[in-house]
Amino acid sequence: MNAMTLAAGSGIAALAAAAGAGLLRGHLQRSALCLFLGISGLLSASAGLVGLLTSTASLILPLGLPWLPMHFRIDGLAAFFLLVIGALLVPVAIYSQGYLKGYQGRMDALAVFLPLFVIGMQGVVLANDAFAFMLFWELMSISSYFLVTFEHENLENRKAGFIYLLMAHLAGLLILGAFAVLYASGGSFEFSAMRAADISSFWASVAFLLAAFGFGTKAGAVPMHGWLPDAHPVAPSNVSALMSGIMLKVAIFGFVRVTWDLIGSGDFQWWWGAVVLAAGASSAVFGVLFALQQHDLKRLLAYHSIENIGIILIGLGLSMLLAHFGHPMLAALGLIAGLYHTINHALFKGLLFMGAGAVLHAAGTRDMESMGGLVHRMPATALFFLIASISISALPPFNGFVSEWLTFQTALMSPQLGGALLTAIVPFSAAMLALAGALAAACFVKVFGIVFLGHARSEAAASAHEVDAWMKVGMAIPAFFCLLLGLLPVLFVPLLDVIPRNLLDVSLAAHVHEHGWLWLSPVDVSHASYSAPVALAGMLTIGGLAFWWLHPKGSTVRRGSIWSCGNPHLNARMQYTATSFSQPLRRIFGGILQPDEHAHIERPAHKLLSQKVRHAVHVADPVVNRLHRPLADAVLTLAHAVQKEHQRGIHAYLAWTFATVLVLLAVFT
Amino acid sequence: MSGTSLFLQIAQAVVLVLFAPIAAGVVSTAKARLQNRRGAGVLQPWRNLIKLFGKQVVLAENASWIFRFAPYVVFTATIMAASCVPPLLVHTPLSLTADVIALVALLALARFFLALAGMDIGTAFGGMGASREMTFSALAEPAMLMSVFVLSIGAQSTNLTTMISHTLNTPIVLQPSLAFALVAMLMVAVAENGRIPVDNPTTHLELTMIHEAMILEYSGRHLALMEWAAMIKLTLFATLIIDLFLPWGISIDASLAGVAMGLVAWLLKLIGFLLGLSLVETYLAKLRLFEVPEFLSTAFVIAFLGLLTHYMLEIGT
Repeated sequence: MNAMTLAAGSGIAALAAAAGAGLLRGHLQRSALCLFLGISGLLSASAGLVGLLTSTASLILPLGLPWLPMHFRIDGLAAFFLLVIGALLVPVAIYSQGYLKGYQGRMDALAVFLPLFVIGMQGVVLANDAFAFMLFWELMSISSYFLVTFEHENLENRKAGFIYLLMAHLAGLLILGAFAVLYASGGSFEFSAMRAADISSFWASVAFLLAAFGFGTKAGAVPMHGWLPDAHPVAPSNVSALMSGIMLKVAIFGFVRVTWDLIGSGDFQWWWGAVVLAAGASSAVFGVLFALQQHDLKRLLAYHSIENIGIILIGLGLSMLLAHFGHPMLAALGLIAGLYHTINHALFKGLLFMGAGAVLHAAGTRDMESMGGLVHRMPATALFFLIASISISALPPFNGFVSEWLTFQTALMSPQLGGALLTAIVPFSAAMLALAGALAAACFVKVFGIVFLGHARSEAAASAHEVDAWMKVGMAIPAFFCLLLGLLPVLFVPLLDVIPRNLLDVSLAAHVHEHGWLWLSPVDVSHASYSAPVALAGMLTIGGLAFWWLHPKGSTVRRGSIWSCGNPHLNARMQYTATSFSQPLRRIFGGILQPDEHAHIERPAHKLLSQKVRHAVHVADPVVNRLHRPLADAVLTLAHAVQKEHQRGIHAYLAWTFATVLVLLAVFT
Repeated sequence: MSGTSLFLQIAQAVVLVLFAPIAAGVVSTAKARLQNRRGAGVLQPWRNLIKLFGKQVVLAENASWIFRFAPYVVFTATIMAASCVPPLLVHTPLSLTADVIALVALLALARFFLALAGMDIGTAFGGMGASREMTFSALAEPAMLMSVFVLSIGAQSTNLTTMISHTLNTPIVLQPSLAFALVAMLMVAVAENGRIPVDNPTTHLELTMIHEAMILEYSGRHLALMEWAAMIKLTLFATLIIDLFLPWGISIDASLAGVAMGLVAWLLKLIGFLLGLSLVETYLAKLRLFEVPEFLSTAFVIAFLGLLTHYMLEIGT
């Protein structure tokens, strides 16, 4: 079947989900929503697969403005992102069938805006003119605002929602600006005209900057990430999974579409790549450093989204630099690395948010400090969460490692570029990638260790229960794909090959396959190769042999009490906590994190006898405090000044009008 | 790939794995002699392992499956990593499985499970060990990758076989970047293996432990696997440093004479390395815990300087 038909079907299924959710009530509402969303996801994923395998398809719908029908098109890039959307939407739909049980009877807004949000994302990916793009972009932003503020009874949610709406519209405005520049040079809203347009290098740079800041804000790249750690935690977990797993990727899609495809078709200026690379490297390290300091589980995951967007941007930035300096093969490798990390992140971050939802459901709180020992009571959730944790920590044989490996290879194979600064920035970004990867592993040891291992730190955690079958299946699917994409990248990379073929006119597929399906070797086998199947087979063999040899018949295990240094009264509060786990890093990176620590010691009897010690640590986001707040304050001050002018008499208005006319005359004559 | 070379590859990995406890014994015996003690002999680690393998496992009451699963992951991931580092013969078919980055990642996988096992019991010591280990490794891992990258960029490869062949085939010239890389690598090796001055493997004081704190609750075969993995890791790092910086003597073809020659060369270099380590461990005191990050960030900066030196001074000359 045609990819376009499938994609259209997927949109119609999402519309049906919205209609069903609007008309039906009770458990039928939930089932209709999840069923149609699942169908929409399946159709999206198949449209993506078909689109990646076949040639470009396009469709013009007589909707929208009278002189501008809506243009849709599926090329390799759009197909890939449709696949990303579908790959996470299906498991999230299944998961929601169980998860939304708790929301039954009060989920009307959620049930209507969730499918609209999905339609928005699908539409952005398919759009082939600026008007359709912006229309669906706004649909995505606004419907996700209603999802973020779904539980608007809480002040925290309303505040997060407001900041989210503000930043989303700032981003929208910047993107609109980029399209305006492209419209001025191409003379049409259609993407085909923008592609063909001959744009001057100055205006190309203006469009690039507008697009980079616009899409960067939506993707949560540092320093425009302020909305993200607030908005993701307060949304229901299935929505967080979609927002973090897919919506941020749609922003990445927009960035690639505009800068690679529309602005001068792959002809980059040297500093564009450097800007993207610097943003990527700083997002990666900043995101993970702040993630380590969180004890709100979902806020922590939100900071990890910033880190992973950073890793994607490192791949894309390297690719832009290499494309500019005339190494198309390596540029293609960097692009593939970034895109591979895109789908990987969608899978494991979606899974992590679903797992977090399951944990929240069971423990009733997002605070990790009151969890613990959940592996005993939620074994399936623990297993899936562990798989996602290993994947996001970039450890073999799971998928996160493959994309980071490809990014490393791109950085290492870069020859000397341009001047000294550029020469240093490439290995430095590789160093930052290595640091981010290692810190991510530390962070997920903390998350898994505090949430699932040890003793329960609260009553709720002690009496937690496993989630239902729907939620388990919803988590099992991405867990399976995390392993599959980690084991068989060789089968998946050629599927992406159409994207660099379109954008950079080079193909990697021949090299990837050169050495058979077992070995992933991006450029040449003597350069580098990695085979997860062989490594996993080796580990299973060695582990199996060791197990078989060490378990003779009748070998029993005795259970005993734990070593307590002779102290008989251990309790759950004596365990390491999330805050104490990250204390060494808080101290080492104190210059960046600037923790606000207070120790309060009560000594009622004598100043040598301390009776009660209270220790409080707070790590605030410096970008929000130092950049976003002052900016907001400045806007407010300016608005107040203008407001004063407004309240003056008619003569003041006349004076302003006269002055404006004079200035305009001076400028335009 | 031929059967013989596959066999040789497995054989040399087995040699490395079986020799690892002896290497640990060499260090402890040399340290004992340096401190005017007799020491328990180089075979003592083997005796300990055999004893532990025969003992019954005592598990903590609340240990989960992670605690029982972790020793196997740690052990197999370490062996898998070790099998990618050739002690005797350069050209091996399975060296394509994992390059240096994958090797570092396999060790990171082992450490991930080690730290999880430390947190599973829910004692303060386990959490403390896990927190410290992950913190320090987060600083050590980039330093290690950077110093490896100095060589990779020279050899245009991250494949160990290619990198070793490149070093063997290049005429010996003074390369300042290699000196930087070597120093950084040695510092990382000390930290990653929990040796003095970063951690003390023979400590009995829980508060100063890093690695030992995580395996405090292990016993029997689980403890044996963990201990053995730590020994393999030490030998692995020594062999990796030898391979990358002093590969001369390693066999290029699979002939019997070549391999025998490679074995002798490897043993000599390895024992030299181990004696050096025992000297360092005897003469240095353990660092204060919060001086370790400075030690590791120094390693990172040195490695990065090596990378820059390579780009600035050596490429194109």
